[in-house]
Amino acid sequence: MLRKSLLMALATAALAGLPAPGLAQETVKVGLILPMTGPFTSTGKQIAAAARLYMQEHGATVAGKKIELVLKDDTGNAELTKRLAQELVVSEKVRFLAGFGLTPLALAVAPLATEAKVPQIVMAAGTSIITERSPFVVRTSFTVPQSAVVIADWAVKSNVKKVVTLVSDYAPGHDAEKSFKERFTAAGGQIAAELRVPLQNPDFAPFLQRAADAKPDALYVFVPSGAGAIVMKQFLERGLDKSGIRLIGTGDLTDDDILPGFGDAALGIITAHLYATAHPSPKNKAYVAAFSKANPGMRPNFMSVGGYDGMHLIYEALKKTGGKTDGEALVAAMKGLAWESPRGPIAIDPQTRDIVQNIYIRKVERVNGELHNVEFATFEAVKDPVKAAKK
Amino acid sequence: MSPQAQADAAQLLAGRARWHPFEVLFWLAAAASTVLLPGHHLILTEIAWLALFALSLDLILGYAGIVSLGHAAFFGLGAYAAGLLAKHELVNEPLLALLLAGLAAALLGFVTSFLVLRGADLTRLMVTLGVALLLRELANKHAWLTGGADGLQGVTVEPLLGRFRFDMFGHTGYVYTLAVTFVLFLVARRIMNSSFGLSLQAMKENPARAEAVGMPVSRRLIAVYTLAAGYAGIAGALLTQTTAFTSLDVFSFERSADLLLVLIIGGAGYLYGGLIGAVVFKLLQDSLSTITPQYWPFWIGLLLVAIVLVGRERITAWTAPLRAFAGRLDRRRGAAATKA
Repeated sequence: MLRKSLLMALATAALAGLPAPGLAQETVKVGLILPMTGPFTSTGKQIAAAARLYMQEHGATVAGKKIELVLKDDTGNAELTKRLAQELVVSEKVRFLAGFGLTPLALAVAPLATEAKVPQIVMAAGTSIITERSPFVVRTSFTVPQSAVVIADWAVKSNVKKVVTLVSDYAPGHDAEKSFKERFTAAGGQIAAELRVPLQNPDFAPFLQRAADAKPDALYVFVPSGAGAIVMKQFLERGLDKSGIRLIGTGDLTDDDILPGFGDAALGIITAHLYATAHPSPKNKAYVAAFSKANPGMRPNFMSVGGYDGMHLIYEALKKTGGKTDGEALVAAMKGLAWESPRGPIAIDPQTRDIVQNIYIRKVERVNGELHNVEFATFEAVKDPVKAAKK
Repeated sequence: MSPQAQADAAQLLAGRARWHPFEVLFWLAAAASTVLLPGHHLILTEIAWLALFALSLDLILGYAGIVSLGHAAFFGLGAYAAGLLAKHELVNEPLLALLLAGLAAALLGFVTSFLVLRGADLTRLMVTLGVALLLRELANKHAWLTGGADGLQGVTVEPLLGRFRFDMFGHTGYVYTLAVTFVLFLVARRIMNSSFGLSLQAMKENPARAEAVGMPVSRRLIAVYTLAAGYAGIAGALLTQTTAFTSLDVFSFERSADLLLVLIIGGAGYLYGGLIGAVVFKLLQDSLSTITPQYWPFWIGLLLVAIVLVGRERITAWTAPLRAFAGRLDRRRGAAATKA
């Protein structure tokens, strides 16, 4: 259905855009590499759907060039991501590499982006260091520390004194742990225990027990989008909610994509993040409506806006270069771009090529019968705190 | 053994070692692909190391009858060994590092072969699976060495023989991988067509009888298991060296399971099964995931069920006249050789 309408849109755009019959329009290919199967399918589906939606809304032609998405499935396996990226550059001659569902996947491709001089648009992966690995990396998603320091600030203000941290044992998890700890202890908070859970096939139960034994005011959790459901389930099974321990975290925990399945137990969880489906802006209302219409049964989450804004970044950069596809010129054009996204105002930091955005404090509530992250406080124009601290 | 029997045995072995026209054609095609398909060297590289990896499984499964669900253990060890050697600049020459990675995997194969010998098929499945899981968890836990779940970052592979840089287009990588696979195939072919290879097949058919006629069954199984482990390690090292990256996925159960599929597609016990299986499996996977990035595993599954149900013989039936012709040629050449 979607493909059909997309084809129609493409056809009309192609017809309208043709200056004269027989004059072939030049195509600019965008290689979109995402985990479309495997454990991180949700991320891939969200981003692919949002990228397609953007093209549907804005037409497939920009600056006289026809944009073509080439979607590849890397199953979340870094060696495959790298091979696909190489093939896209070498055989498909893509001018942009985009997607990258997880940090290791983005890191594996960074040296290639440098060598091939092709902009690498990171639409999901959230470790701070990614943008430093290649001058061609530009990020439209988020960095984990952005949310981590904001929730730490909030915890300090809300009289939380003692916290146990629980993170997935991989680069973004380490980022989430470190940033939270630094900000929280600097303001006088106490970290009772730092727990790291394996990324693959995690069993949170023993860790949650240790967290409960430490009797903290709050348990701070970072897990990749999707694993939040397991944490929640085991948190409730052990009755931690009744022992007065508050559950806080970055918004990955209460991912809007899977939140409806959590049930009432999720009510009241406080998280900090860049986007909520319930974000109250006209732009977002239109976005959610269009997204849900094109993808029945799905609601857009924070991953989707990374894909949507990533496409916007590509379109705007091409407009600025007048359709020129030189990698260095494109990256230069992307630096400093600022626009209104469904998540609120965002910009690309010209120094770091990383995203600058608002981080919202949200609480899980029931809105019109559905569970939602409802925003109640805003921290404006947050830069990546890790890179900001380095200067 | 009487002189006549010795002569018969020698003739039998010589007959088995003779190059079939199809074999020559197969390798000529492989060599031609380096020149004719420059745009596809990346996937061809994957096919080449997967073929070597499948060949390694064929040595133990097809010849010696040892089933394994954990062959990725050796693959992964080789991959990490090559990665670490390059990352810490311990061994800068890729070829030497490849050899060392293979030796490391062979050593692991030797040590674990004693566990594998101790049981029948089901036990072996479990033991091999366990060894692979163990290694995977070790690599996961020792993140200071392996990078843990983030993978081994920062591997730079020095130019091959100090001259040929591993380029972005994968040209060097492909020629290198293909050459290594070919050389190791020759070695495997030589070994499996010797009396050693024949004795392995005898053990597979009837271990008790092989033991009774005086074959050192355990020693030979250990030898072939060690050899296969070394091969798998080299395949893993090739992966690391051609991608300058490795991650925990090299140890994954899926990798071992996929490998069995590759061998099932191609057929076990005649050395080419793994190679043909690798070509078919990768091309299928690649073309299907291009057509439908979201649902390709379904189609792969369907095709595999179809292949197993229909049977490979019926699928390749159309080649029967060709094979008969090649066989006639072969016999004629054999007869000529005997006369001369």
